Amino acid sequence: MSVRVVDPGFNVTVQDLGRPSFQHLGVPVSGAVSPAALKIGNALVGNDQNMACLEIRLIGPTMEVLCDAARLALTGTNIEIELIGGSRGFQPANQSLVLRRGQKFKIGTISDSGSAYLAIEGGFRLPQVYGSLSTYVRANIGGFLGRALIEGDEIPLNKNDVEDRSELRVSNLEATEEKGPIRIIFGPQKDFFKEESIQEFLGSPYSITREADRMGIRLDGPVLKHERGYNIVSDGIVTGAIQVPGTGQPIVLLADHQTTGGYPKMATVISADISRMGRLKPGDTIQFLEVTASEAEEARFEHEKNIASVISGFVKADPWLDERALYTENLISGFL
Amino acid sequence: MSLEIAPTYPAFLSAGDTALVVQYGEVVDVSINRTVRQLAFAVRKLNIKGVVDIVPTMRSLMIHYDPLFLSKSALIEVVTPLLSNLEELEENNKNWLIPVCYEDEFAPDINDVSKVTNTTIDEIVRQHTLLELEVFMMGFLPGFPYVGLLPEVFDLPRRIEPRVHIPPRSISVAARQTTIYTINSPGGWHLIGRTPVDFYDANRDEPILVRAGDRIKFQAIAKSEFIEIEADIKAGAFNLEVKELL
Repeated sequence: MSVRVVDPGFNVTVQDLGRPSFQHLGVPVSGAVSPAALKIGNALVGNDQNMACLEIRLIGPTMEVLCDAARLALTGTNIEIELIGGSRGFQPANQSLVLRRGQKFKIGTISDSGSAYLAIEGGFRLPQVYGSLSTYVRANIGGFLGRALIEGDEIPLNKNDVEDRSELRVSNLEATEEKGPIRIIFGPQKDFFKEESIQEFLGSPYSITREADRMGIRLDGPVLKHERGYNIVSDGIVTGAIQVPGTGQPIVLLADHQTTGGYPKMATVISADISRMGRLKPGDTIQFLEVTASEAEEARFEHEKNIASVISGFVKADPWLDERALYTENLISGFL
Repeated sequence: MSLEIAPTYPAFLSAGDTALVVQYGEVVDVSINRTVRQLAFAVRKLNIKGVVDIVPTMRSLMIHYDPLFLSKSALIEVVTPLLSNLEELEENNKNWLIPVCYEDEFAPDINDVSKVTNTTIDEIVRQHTLLELEVFMMGFLPGFPYVGLLPEVFDLPRRIEPRVHIPPRSISVAARQTTIYTINSPGGWHLIGRTPVDFYDANRDEPILVRAGDRIKFQAIAKSEFIEIEADIKAGAFNLEVKELL
């Protein structure tokens, strides 16, 4: 009852919605960098929204199904799943799909997104650490042996077979790709920056550099000048914090950020836009927009409503015709 | 003409829509840290629905919350009355006697610290093991404590060249504080010893050893003892927690 890693891709980790309540012990939150895509993936395969998926950044894995049947869905991207070694073909992302024992599938380069999620019905049979299956690689916490997947890993599953039901797909893909500027609230250390830098930060585009990982995304754009130095006595860090080290190039902190830190944080990305930050990839360009606390709260409710409407808008998908399985089960012999 | 207005504390600082900062100052000050931890204790006791975590640091408290359950203004309303009415901390914290080997092999910076401070190595060891210390805060790495306040001889700046890899269990000092590295990590403090104790061990029932508010006293050991204690810990036959430190 597992999926076997034929080829590990690059930095593929098990992630759920993280462990937010152990930061007072220095434990990072971790979890999906794009929670919206994880929730939608889980919903497609019939899981609770907070169940663990495989998070894929850049290059996906090739895997083999080692249970009677597994229902999968790939979200956060529009890249197709390639079926190899067994039956062959391509299956679109953002819809559920049942594969039988021995079937291999490949998720190639994720060229259209910074993160994608592979959800599997029933989820992974792995131990929780501080209430979560999320992998924090630096401290070997959670996930599969506390690390990214490597060739030969067999990731245990909770289910050997799938529920008998129709396949589903996302009917309104645009709704999963929110647009517009990335909204921020200034603080906690806005007063550490020169006024002209604050104006420039709001008025200029910033692009995503290659220095982008689960901990944070370094941005390239106008250099932000400190008014009061760039070392502060460490204080708490929240996901979305935009810290500015001595170089003046801002870094947006994501799921694996440290719990405390000593660089001034000019502003914070609002929670409604965190999933979008997680989907950004090197080369993408963003613009920031200041909002008030109550606008941020409204935006978050709007964001959750949007996820709920994507899920309630799922439509039936054509099941993938697994010819090999049909022959094995002798179901179509009568038609020959 | 602009007026220079001194900031007044405590102050609420904005940290997006999922965290609120209550700031008591911008400097390292033991009494500020103590006030921050008193507030942390008071907020925790209220058990506010929607509060996800409460993280004290040297100079401020970060309250993480879920904006779907709690608005910023509602949280400020609940926290404000606590600020003027902080109780003494309840002393339910633990005491730890932590063995440290200060021999050269484990202390790559102890010679530098000795030279810079014009203090013999024996005296550095004596000063590091002299006082009952307090865990001010946790942060930087899982299970990583900021411990102090050390005697003035340890009022050192960080190293000019940070190290890229510091082995776990390394004891480091800077700015009259000391800490124990929990996992292999970069770092800029001065390494003056190593403990056989893991302050973070993923395979232990409770991976993280200490909490903010716990008290620690270091005890110098020889390398032969280091090896013995290491084996005893593995066999489950070594108790680090003590009733009294002095």
